[in-house]
Amino acid sequence: MVLILEVQDLHVSYSSSGGASYPALAGVSFQLMPNEILGVLGESGSGKSTLATSLLKLLPSNGNISKGSVFFEGKDLLRASAGELEQIRGKRLSLVYQEPSVALHPAIRAGEQVFQVLAAHESAGKSSLRKKTRQVLASLFPEEADRISNSYPHQLSGGQRQRVLIAQAIACGPSLLIADEPTASLDPTTQREILGVFHTLRDELGLAMIFITHNPALLAGFADRILVLYGGRVAELGPARTVLSSPKHPYTRALFQSMPQIFEDNSNGRKTKLPVIAGDFSAALVPREGCVFEPRCPERMEECRQREPTLVNLSESDTVSCFKYGG
Amino acid sequence: MPFFFRRLSHAFFLLVGVSVLAFLFTTLAPGNYFDEMRLNPQIAPETVAALRAQYQLDRPLPVRYASWLNSLLHGQMGFSFAYNSPVAPLLFLRARNTLLLTITATLIAWGIALPLGVWSAERFGRLPDRLLSWATAALLVIPDLALALGLLVFAVRTDRFPSGGMTSLDFESLPAVGKLRDLALHMTLPVAALVLSALPLLIRHVRAAVAEVLNAPFMLAARGHGIPRRTLLYRYALRAAANPLISLFGFSIGALLSGSLLVEVVMSWPGLGPLLLESILSRDLYVVIGGVLFSTLFLVSGNFVADILLYWADPRIRTESGAR
Amino acid sequence: MQPFLKVEKLVKGYERKNVAGTREKLFALDGVSFAVAQGTTLAVVGESGSGKTTLGFCISCLEIPTSGNIWFEGRDIVALAEAERRQVRPRIQLIFQDPSNSLNPRWSVQEILLEPLTLQGNLEREETQQRAATLMAQVGLSSDMFQRLPAQLSGGQRQRLAIARALALEPKLLILDEVLSALDCSVQAQIANLLMELQRTLGMTYLFITHDLAMAAHLADEMVVMNRGRVVEQGPAQKVLRHPTEEITKQLLAAVPSLDSAALPPLES
Repeated sequence: MVLILEVQDLHVSYSSSGGASYPALAGVSFQLMPNEILGVLGESGSGKSTLATSLLKLLPSNGNISKGSVFFEGKDLLRASAGELEQIRGKRLSLVYQEPSVALHPAIRAGEQVFQVLAAHESAGKSSLRKKTRQVLASLFPEEADRISNSYPHQLSGGQRQRVLIAQAIACGPSLLIADEPTASLDPTTQREILGVFHTLRDELGLAMIFITHNPALLAGFADRILVLYGGRVAELGPARTVLSSPKHPYTRALFQSMPQIFEDNSNGRKTKLPVIAGDFSAALVPREGCVFEPRCPERMEECRQREPTLVNLSESDTVSCFKYGG
Repeated sequence: MPFFFRRLSHAFFLLVGVSVLAFLFTTLAPGNYFDEMRLNPQIAPETVAALRAQYQLDRPLPVRYASWLNSLLHGQMGFSFAYNSPVAPLLFLRARNTLLLTITATLIAWGIALPLGVWSAERFGRLPDRLLSWATAALLVIPDLALALGLLVFAVRTDRFPSGGMTSLDFESLPAVGKLRDLALHMTLPVAALVLSALPLLIRHVRAAVAEVLNAPFMLAARGHGIPRRTLLYRYALRAAANPLISLFGFSIGALLSGSLLVEVVMSWPGLGPLLLESILSRDLYVVIGGVLFSTLFLVSGNFVADILLYWADPRIRTESGAR
Repeated sequence: MQPFLKVEKLVKGYERKNVAGTREKLFALDGVSFAVAQGTTLAVVGESGSGKTTLGFCISCLEIPTSGNIWFEGRDIVALAEAERRQVRPRIQLIFQDPSNSLNPRWSVQEILLEPLTLQGNLEREETQQRAATLMAQVGLSSDMFQRLPAQLSGGQRQRLAIARALALEPKLLILDEVLSALDCSVQAQIANLLMELQRTLGMTYLFITHDLAMAAHLADEMVVMNRGRVVEQGPAQKVLRHPTEEITKQLLAAVPSLDSAALPPLES
């Protein structure tokens, strides 16, 4: 099976104006099969947004990719020229941004913004491109495609804007879609709708997807595999069902435990506190010799402070980087 | 629609207000046109008095204003004492010359500032951008008067450009192409002075507005879709940066107008500038008012055009009334 | 005895020009009534546009309702004169969802905390500094963050600062408008615990406005479900969640993503 995407040992850091260098990704590797949905679970400081932008080499000017390679459809994107990248972005590999309220140009109509993406990549005539724009919008807005096409972003609701972003991303028929927190600012019903849209896209268009979020519940019943990102490193990677039902890495376990359940047993009348992970992610920013999660780990051992764990294959499909499992 | 009517009525009331103020200030300033004459012992006081009565200078202020308004409605703008002719044709001629300079200067200045500003914003903080910033700062610091005089010196020294006036003496006898060439030669230095004085401000603002937009999330998103660089810069960035730039455009018209007053005087360009200067100094009442009104009219029209452009460029203003 | 907070038939209307150009009256709140006992948490849940944010604004005196009563500590704050209402305001504080919008980005943490204290005007300078330090400790922030700017704090830290600022005026009622929604899951848990702790030690009453039913279930004693400006269902939190009677409540419940939904059929668009 030909891999759609293969990321090998990706290292990305940001340099501040003072000259200091902050690591954002420290050796991330994973593979993606065609038609597969990979959920990337990461909170603030995990490097998830850096992952999204570095795959397309869209880092800001103070970001640098110091090591690693990103093979997309056999080509190393990190060593491609600017011209080649322009060709690939939006056409073979698309990014759906978070914050739909700011990811769309405020003064250009929605339909036009989709049209521009098509015009950038396809050499057909204007009228056939317009027809295609209508088709793409119709697939996402079955009832009001024309009205949406003529509207400006500020006239659309959050969910509608998100769909326009998705339309832009799929217009040219890419084989891989990267969605960075696409449902973050939406309320639950709209969130569910958008997840449904992604699901349909995967089924109908055969898209592979990388779905980045900080909410593990969104990945349930949606992602095929889950990659847990912490401190710029892969903590755990495995089939979604396994990761969600029996997480291996202490971080993943602690994270799931800290989420409130909707049906609680409050029969004794007292409200219980949620078991939290102590501290916050700032500890991960300080370079250290040991495991990046060690300062907050409820199950830490002596070894964890001395060396960094490597990825251990628990089975053919599960990997974890924690000393509890060897490594 | 109500948007336009509101703006138009604002403009109208502004003009009325300006005319009142101009009238007031000129007549309240001590002295009048005939003071010079009065000092001259050879002219009999009765003659002066008769002239004053003839030009209604002995009537009270509101009466004079009212009769001036009245003549305005009939297409007349009063009478010039100095030129001994009706004001309106005089003003129209001079106004045309000023417009020629100002409009050309506006087009050229923006034509240079836009690409340079965009180019600079793309290279924000890097060496080429910094060099341009220093150059514009240096230009900003040079007073307009010095610029104009410097260009004049250049003209005299090199003898390539005429050192003043709008046309050569033999203008009428030139063929059409020759006329154009002659006019262009005469215009070059005044326009250059105006453009150089306006450029620094425009370039800096374009640079700032575009730089801010280039960092916006929607630009990054568009890059992520593989939109080519050229489209990104001109279609996307400028559209988004249009708002502050259009307001600046309205402002730049005002700035160029006041700049043109100075440049015209220094370079003897027969526009509103020298006319206004003379007429103020000699208390040629109706010419002053007419000149001030014309300048205000240009300013107001320029801003009105800017308002219309803003309305067209920013959909959020257009759909303010909640058309959803 | 009068309940601590009682809202009676609260109505808030707005006028707007619609697409056709005619003026129409919209009701953000259309007759809302409920009561809250002191020291408890009431969750107000609903979709965007259900009116829950407007409700928060009305109760915290940021907006004047069109009609209805808000009984707080025995007095109807809607009927009060502005001077008297100003006295009530410190006792009801509102905390917003996005702390980067509600904290002045140019002020240091210390200045942000000192502002409400100095505006109150009845403490000496020494005392205000001390009070600021106490507040920081209460919300779990260390005093060496005093000189930092909001941009240098994490999302969770900013929200803690917003809570500290609200506590500065010693309120009795805190209105929490989606305060956890913008935070990461693990941070949500920390702040939720902090809120619980503060309720226990300071006897705070909370109005917890959210669309996150799981967190509402965890924090709330009572729950009110809003839709289009009306209360469609209310009661003890677990009862409303386990035995919903209204369609909208069932829809909200169905939309809650949960780790156990791996077995659910795929969603249709």
